[in-house]
Amino acid sequence: MTTTNRIERHHYDVVVIGAGGAGLRAAIEARLAGKKTAIISKSLFGKAHTVMAEGGAAAAMGNVNSRDNWQVHFRDTMRGGKFLNNFRMAELHAKESPQRIWELETYGALFDRTKDGKISQRNFGGHEYPRLAHVGDRTGLELIRTLQQKIVSLQQEDKAELGSYDARIKVFDETTITELLLDGEKVAGAFGYYRESGEFILFEAPAVVLATGGVGRSYKVTSNSWEYTGDGHALALRAGATLINMEFLQFHPTGMVWPPSVKGILVTESVRGDGGVLKNSDGKRFMFDYVPDVFRKQYAETEEEADRWYTDPDNNRRPPELLPRDEVARAINSEVKAGRGTPAGGVYLDIASRRSAEEIRRRLPSMYHQFKELADVDITKEPMEVGPTCHYVMGGVEVDPDSGAAFGSVRGLFAAGEVSGGMHGSNRLGGNSLSDLLVFGKRAGGHAASYTDQLTVRPKVAIGAVEAAVETALAPLQRDTGESPYQLQQDLQVVMGDLVGIIRREGELADALGRLAELRERVAKVSAVGGRRYNPGWHLALDLRNMLVVSECTAKAALERQESRGGHTREDFPAMDPMWRRVNLVCSLNGDAVRLAHKPLPKMRSELIGLFDRAELAKYLTDEELADFDALVSDADAEEAGN
Amino acid sequence: MGTKRHFRVWRGDDSGGDLQDYQVEVNEGEVVLDIIHRLQATDAPDLACRWNCKAGKCGSCSMEINGMPKLGCMTRMSTFEENETVTVTPLRTFPIIRDLVTDVSFNYEKARETPAFAPPAGVAPGDYRMQQVDVERSQEFRKCIECFLCQNTCHVIRDHDENKHAFAGPRYFIRAAELDMHPLDTRTDRREYAQAEQGLGFCNITKCCTEVCPEHIKITDNGIIPMKERVVDRRYDPLVWLGSKIFRRGQVPQTFVTSAKHGDAVHSHVAHGGVHSHAGDSHDPAAEAEAQAGVNWHREVPRPTAPAVDDNGRLPLTELTFDRAAAPSPFGDDVTFPLPPEHLNFAHPEQDKH
Ligand SMILES: Cc1cc2nc3c(=O)[nH]c(=O)nc-3n(C[C@H](O)[C@H](O)[C@H](O)COP(=O)(O)OP(=O)(O)OC[C@H]3O[C@@H](n4cnc5c(N)ncnc54)[C@H](O)[C@@H]3O)c2cc1C
Ligand code: SF4
Ligand code: SF4
Ligand code: FES
Repeated sequence: MTTTNRIERHHYDVVVIGAGGAGLRAAIEARLAGKKTAIISKSLFGKAHTVMAEGGAAAAMGNVNSRDNWQVHFRDTMRGGKFLNNFRMAELHAKESPQRIWELETYGALFDRTKDGKISQRNFGGHEYPRLAHVGDRTGLELIRTLQQKIVSLQQEDKAELGSYDARIKVFDETTITELLLDGEKVAGAFGYYRESGEFILFEAPAVVLATGGVGRSYKVTSNSWEYTGDGHALALRAGATLINMEFLQFHPTGMVWPPSVKGILVTESVRGDGGVLKNSDGKRFMFDYVPDVFRKQYAETEEEADRWYTDPDNNRRPPELLPRDEVARAINSEVKAGRGTPAGGVYLDIASRRSAEEIRRRLPSMYHQFKELADVDITKEPMEVGPTCHYVMGGVEVDPDSGAAFGSVRGLFAAGEVSGGMHGSNRLGGNSLSDLLVFGKRAGGHAASYTDQLTVRPKVAIGAVEAAVETALAPLQRDTGESPYQLQQDLQVVMGDLVGIIRREGELADALGRLAELRERVAKVSAVGGRRYNPGWHLALDLRNMLVVSECTAKAALERQESRGGHTREDFPAMDPMWRRVNLVCSLNGDAVRLAHKPLPKMRSELIGLFDRAELAKYLTDEELADFDALVSDADAEEAGN
Repeated sequence: MGTKRHFRVWRGDDSGGDLQDYQVEVNEGEVVLDIIHRLQATDAPDLACRWNCKAGKCGSCSMEINGMPKLGCMTRMSTFEENETVTVTPLRTFPIIRDLVTDVSFNYEKARETPAFAPPAGVAPGDYRMQQVDVERSQEFRKCIECFLCQNTCHVIRDHDENKHAFAGPRYFIRAAELDMHPLDTRTDRREYAQAEQGLGFCNITKCCTEVCPEHIKITDNGIIPMKERVVDRRYDPLVWLGSKIFRRGQVPQTFVTSAKHGDAVHSHVAHGGVHSHAGDSHDPAAEAEAQAGVNWHREVPRPTAPAVDDNGRLPLTELTFDRAAAPSPFGDDVTFPLPPEHLNFAHPEQDKH
């Protein structure tokens, strides 16, 4: 029997849910602001999804090409997101990333170096200049380990000063939050369970930072781990916050499709950045056929020019293999559908015939290692078989760009990292996520700390809400008539993978919504066998309702948005529509049901929109917006003439 | 279509448990973790097992497969015979939580005790300058995915729970080495710290940790040995004293360890046959042949008899309080000198070149 007064209780100023890059950076900032901070993570400390990021962290430091600066980075980000990004977030991100990366060095990070001893930067799809700070192909590991070690060093300071490592910052690993608790509209705490013992735990805290990552586990082929069940998205919805851009999911163009056990594992984009090319089963380098008009100017038209770019990027245009990843994903999908794919349903990614074995091993060590050990494929000798894989969700909690505070009715809730929305618009550029985690993690942590300062009374947790949370959490264990959570998850993955996947159609989306409604009833009756100690079946049963509500948001928004843009491709509306660019689709909960609303995008400030060519803007903006732009430019010209 | 294979998986918790038999489908190209997942989805929905990335990057899925410490997601089923039984057990060195999940908090405690990076004063963020060759040495150790397989394997704690207090383990030796070699770290006592506080002296360079490291970090050759070689010190490490290229097992006096705690011979999990002793011949021709050829890191050498210590864990200082004449030999009082040269673990500096 569990009574609420037997539940372990903790009091903190700031509770950070998630121990990936965003969560750790937020926690560091809250602790530096003097707040008593808890970090909660479903897996062990240092194992969050961020460890998997390979390519690097984008920051316009200009170490390799001194022409790079924040304006160029900002432009690339907006272009990549097809102008649907929250411009203010893109601006802050471009401006602050370099500082956030440099700061990591003061925590002990060791990035790869340029000849003059600065942080080396590499090329990546969608970035005009070499911009990604990297460590071989294990940048995410370096990032998370560095932040983890910084937290340890703060704990050591606290030990010296206050006698306990945990005095001001404590990590609760293998602990899952299932519910946020409110006092009126204010966050009052978070409720969850220790995975290890199954015991419940209650955090009382006036500010919560969500940094729970993404939702990819709802898809059949995904690079995401079991953690990615959209918990943060769902917690935010249930607490009265809103989600935006949920229709935009990134399918990584090059996940492994063969052999089956490694299906979904990503082949880093740097394979393409370092000279790898895509070929179909006829041996044709097909990407030249898929350069969209908007990008025509920046990409090479012949193989010769493309190949020259690797050594002379200033005088040649880049190879089309480096197009933004949604373009590459779509191209691969078309080739496979046209019957020119590999037997396993992918295409070939060939670096073996283009670089020496020694160079491949040096530049892509963990890639080489991974393929050799997992698939017995030697990438220095044979091409890889790759295809689109669900990878990243652009959509997420709608936040205030400067503070990371969630919109909607709730107060005291902040979000950063993949769980937040807006920064990447309809498509994220490779490498922009790692720097996003640092920039907005810091901001969310800092603002959560100052939010607690200006509260006059501490919000209180209502006993009734805790009792309800306990009951919900125990329900699957007490039922023995329902279905297995594994079966339900598989069914959900099939619906999402087949009907709300990379290429979407109206009929299928409507069908998906029907099936999700059916699934919702089945999930409500799920049962888990076994006890409360480290029981993965039970854990999955509790995650399912989160996956389901987030999937509903995605399917609804995908059905609503009648155009193709970035990570949302509608076969029945193949073109981008400038009218739709002005609209964000916002999801909220009304009781149990997902509600969808249209909301206009904020208007870009004039000095920012002035960074773009008119010709480029013409591809994205409505005539009305273009007229505004022209007026702006002629004003500026007039002013200059007047001076 | 897949074939049915025989799996034995340890099920239970801290109160006990046993190996359970399963017949489970295995398809081409699968790894052990896939099979564990299939078991969860079919016969054993509550089978506890950690994993995250399924790509050998997070270090969550450490387990012992047919007795070998491995990552479940990096062990291909094709490495077993068709009719071979695959036995999966939890890491042995750490307390069981349930099934394949163990309590690895020991490692996090040791991590917390290791002094953090000490940044150079007066160098602003953005002004750090380092050469690639200089960062590469530390980068090797930063590849560590914290799977703790090396910690699990190291005999100093694998069979000797009581050593856990004084011994941080290979993972944290390379953390110390990493900081020691970091071009801009300003602490100068990393090695001494490793020796005095982390129990580096316990390590007798069996290299078992290096063998199991899925990241192929040369834990011993590039981390532990250079640190041992360079511990300059009041502290007394006979491994170093004996000369930088000669290593042997034996009691390493530590100020805070009583010899009573390690009275027995230590056993490396990789039993390479016979016993080699400095006090006599090992009677194992294979081991001897290897010894002649170079270093045999895995030879079992019985601990020399260690002199008794007093209640405070210290050696008696004077002959009056001691049970033998003169000071005890750091090599054990039963060892006579000169040591027969053919019984030394001697690595010629050039031997790898042949
Ligand atoms: C294979 C791969 C390669 C990538 N490569 C790159 C790259 O090269 N460059 C780049 O910029 N980006 C890359 N990304 C994207 C990037 O890694 C992620 O978007 C980013 O790491 C997300 O970080 P995060 O801090 O938001 O969340 P995560 O690191 O995913 O952390 C989420 C945390 O939240 C915790 N959590 C979740 N739910 C709960 C709950 N209910 N209760 C308690 N805790 C919870 C989890 O345990 C975890 O600790 C890659 C992603 C993948 C999958
Ligand atoms: S070399 Fe042997 S004794 Fe030393 S840390 Fe490694 S496993 Fe332990
Ligand atoms: S050093 Fe190697 S074996 Fe040890 S924890 Fe790190 S990766 Fe694992
Ligand atoms: S699951 Fe990450 S290392 Fe095996």
